[in-house]
Amino acid sequence: MADIALAPRRAKTEIREATAWDQLRHNKNWLGFWFMLPAMAFLIFFLAYPLGLGIWLSFTDARIGRVGHYIGTENYEWLWDDSIFWLSVFNTLIYTFIASAIKFAVGLYLALLLNERMPFKALLRAAVLIPFIVPTVLSALAFWWIFDSQFSIISWSLKQLGLITQNINFLGDSTWARICVIFANIWRGVPFVAITLLAGLQTVQPSLYEAATLDGASRWQMFRFITYPLLTPIIAVVMTFSVLFTFTDFQLIWAMTRGGPVNATHLMATLSYQRAIIAGQLGEGAAISSAMIPFLLAAIMVSWFGLQRRKWQQGESND
Amino acid sequence: MTDLPAQKADLKSILSTSARVDNSEGMSYLQSVPRRIVTLYIPLSIIVIILLFPFYWMGLTAIKPDDQLLDLDRYNPFWTWNPTLKHIHKLLFESYYPHWLWNTMYVAVGATVLSIIASVLAAYAIVRLRYKGANVVGGLIFLAYLVPPSILFIPLATVVFQYGLFDSPLALILTYPTILIPFSTWLLMGYFKTIPFELEECALIDGASRWQILIKIVLPLAIPGLISAFIFCFTLCWNEFIYALTFLQSTPNKTVPVAIVNEFVDGDIYRWGSLMAGALCGSLPLVILYAFFVEHYVSAMTGAVKE
Repeated sequence: MADIALAPRRAKTEIREATAWDQLRHNKNWLGFWFMLPAMAFLIFFLAYPLGLGIWLSFTDARIGRVGHYIGTENYEWLWDDSIFWLSVFNTLIYTFIASAIKFAVGLYLALLLNERMPFKALLRAAVLIPFIVPTVLSALAFWWIFDSQFSIISWSLKQLGLITQNINFLGDSTWARICVIFANIWRGVPFVAITLLAGLQTVQPSLYEAATLDGASRWQMFRFITYPLLTPIIAVVMTFSVLFTFTDFQLIWAMTRGGPVNATHLMATLSYQRAIIAGQLGEGAAISSAMIPFLLAAIMVSWFGLQRRKWQQGESND
Repeated sequence: MTDLPAQKADLKSILSTSARVDNSEGMSYLQSVPRRIVTLYIPLSIIVIILLFPFYWMGLTAIKPDDQLLDLDRYNPFWTWNPTLKHIHKLLFESYYPHWLWNTMYVAVGATVLSIIASVLAAYAIVRLRYKGANVVGGLIFLAYLVPPSILFIPLATVVFQYGLFDSPLALILTYPTILIPFSTWLLMGYFKTIPFELEECALIDGASRWQILIKIVLPLAIPGLISAFIFCFTLCWNEFIYALTFLQSTPNKTVPVAIVNEFVDGDIYRWGSLMAGALCGSLPLVILYAFFVEHYVSAMTGAVKE
């Protein structure tokens, strides 16, 4: 009896101080650290480190197979006098600006159309997203064929309609080539913008429109004073992504024109690939891609502060 | 008294039907049919036709005989009456195409599985463990999503070379997670937030460890989110181009997008058939996957943006 009565008391005294090992296993912060470890390892080794390394490389004369030496800002000075670099900056800005603006306009319009009640709505919505699913390069190849200089279906159709007499040299002429790659980019980007904005539209209360109708608002007024303000936060996010990915686009151009004709469609990304990997001048290529960073930061800042201001106007709950 | 419940039910059914009618119609009854045709159906069909035409063209070119492809005068280019499987046959049996498909699949599955595991752990830690600085880390991961591959591929090429991974699929499996982890972490954070906290508290009181909670409670409840993340990551991997172009060199090791651009583009005037067949076969797996999981796909896309 006495033994049994003593047993629990002895057990109680066995509670020990948490050792360092226990701390590692159960402490909230250490547990968080273990859980974050795999993701952080990937992001540090293959994202943060290369990002820093890229900036460092842009200050060296590294080539493929040769470690570079620090040469200061020589790469940047070289680029400053390089007309092809400035042409690529110009192309990138034009490409981003026109493509994003049209993507936004058409995407918003398509989202508004898809938000209407109609038969086969789900099917249509699914079909609209297909350009976004199919790998960009593969659809770019389809465009390459559609814009072929001799056998283009567009030239053929226009000739049949009697609008033109000669084939249009779509990808051989600077202006046409720019129009074509911008068109292909818009074609690929519209579904993303449309479907994400559609998701935003579906959260808008129908009663607001009913109230506006009773007050005698026109369709444009309903869009301008109800839809647009409520959509602004999601528009800001979608357009940030759209601008970022358009600005750094590579694959579409590479599959369709490889920067030609006469560098008319070279973007900064394609030029840096050409200089760094094909010509082997890693340092110079890294300088071109580092030169993209300020533009990207500017784009992020603009949309971020746009977003913040809207949140503040609408109150935090309206996310 | 006795017919009161019946009346109630009646009232309810009237209410519900009127509500349903109201929902299905919206305010569209205010518009006449001709007006709807002009403002809705015509613009919508034009946009949808433009969006889908390249695929029709891709498919048609892949099954057209060579002589019809280049002869636009004698044959109507928009249709063919004698389709051929020659291009697809050539693709599957006379080229490395099956290799490339296998490589793409292998890389995509490997990178996706790795990133989903890493992001489940990270998302759970950020949302539920709330360790010190969790919010800052969440913000940093979002910033990582905004770093585009086109400014990373040059330094990554040197890193891959240093680690001796050049021209190996492993290089892609290890670098793709940098694109996938930020995205899927944000997506899964959204899903984990919707799981009631009380469930986990109960499990904690019953003596479950954090690991058991994650495996036995949180993950089964987050399966829709996991499927969304998986499909979206898989698509992103399949679509990725610049890393695969830079890190892989030998022909049999390439992935489908890179291989088609580099290997099929020769001086041959009859290349279009096999080129389009290659593009078609490279897109079909994704389109089929997408057809089965449309809703998951859409929720992945919109979920990540909304967060």
